[in-house]
Amino acid sequence: MKAALRPGDAAFANVEKVNAELFTLTYGAVVRQLLTDHEDVDDVNKQLDSMGYNIGIRLIDEFLAKSNSAKCADFRETADVIAKVGFKMFLGVSPTVANWSPDGKECSLLMDDNPLVDFVELPDTCQGLSYCSILCGVLRGALEMISMRTEVRIVKDMLKGDDVYEIRMRLIETVPEELPYKDDE
Amino acid sequence: MLGVARGRAHLVNVVDRPLPKGKTEVNLSAFAFLFSELVQYFQTKVNNVNELERKLEEAGYGVGLRVLELLCHREKANRRETRLLGILTFIHSTVWKALFGKQADSLEKATTEEDEYMISEKELLVNRFISVPKDMGQFNCGAYVAGIVKGVLDSAGFPARVTAHFVPIEGQLRPRTTILIKFSPEVMLREQRMG
Repeated sequence: MKAALRPGDAAFANVEKVNAELFTLTYGAVVRQLLTDHEDVDDVNKQLDSMGYNIGIRLIDEFLAKSNSAKCADFRETADVIAKVGFKMFLGVSPTVANWSPDGKECSLLMDDNPLVDFVELPDTCQGLSYCSILCGVLRGALEMISMRTEVRIVKDMLKGDDVYEIRMRLIETVPEELPYKDDE
Repeated sequence: MLGVARGRAHLVNVVDRPLPKGKTEVNLSAFAFLFSELVQYFQTKVNNVNELERKLEEAGYGVGLRVLELLCHREKANRRETRLLGILTFIHSTVWKALFGKQADSLEKATTEEDEYMISEKELLVNRFISVPKDMGQFNCGAYVAGIVKGVLDSAGFPARVTAHFVPIEGQLRPRTTILIKFSPEVMLREQRMG
């Protein structure tokens, strides 16, 4: 008997796909362009993050429409869905969720496989570059659209010799939902 | 390289690592989102549509250089095409298959000019989710793919001018995209000499 697909696998199986190398090389082109246009590596990190944010606020729609995910009860569940369904659905990889803070508001996504970085090696001049910071922006943007203000940053980077990619997510606050109109208008 | 523990792979120099097979895939939307960000970023940097196309072409050019190197290693046992028709077929089939998962719809020689060739695609992947606003005229995001083709050709020793154009076809709502390749005179001379 065939085992039932895990939700992330099902979501990934149902989407149209493209060769990962085209994606990787295009991302490389984006980073190279930003490095040419900005003198300071920190500006490049910021720009990547803001591009990610723009993607995140749009990507969440597709995620909600296609992933069949139910509403998450708390941040723990949200982090789990991001790792198992979100990452899987868009990038085909599933990070593990780990290193929870005691108050349940901060956790890490760990992955050793990351389609953004194939063929990449950071030259000495770019050691300050946080190559994958676009992912932080995507997470922040997507979560903001579902009323969660977060702070996301990369704390471990295999391109800099760490043994894993670690993305740290901290929930700052849950913004109460507001209707876009008022009664007296 | 066999036997290198997976977790240690990143400690090995990038050229010493085993070459990936190129079979992994990501969500098409992931690419579309990223590409759209690239286009939007360039839009803030340029004054007109021509400049925008040139920027996209330059971005694609860097990809083309890498694609040629990668595919020559992986698909052609470190050989690369030296003849005009050879390199064109290589782009039309091998490069297209690697990047877009299929051969290009057609490869044709221009009827009027000896040095012009066209690769056409009914629905070019990068144009899939793009609709061009009226005030941007003939702007075509395929400029990115034209850049890739130019990158491959240049680094293989076939300098050429490569541009992307929309060509309307009867009975279809969306025009197809044609990548027009015009080779430099020295390439044509060399071809003649090689007979």
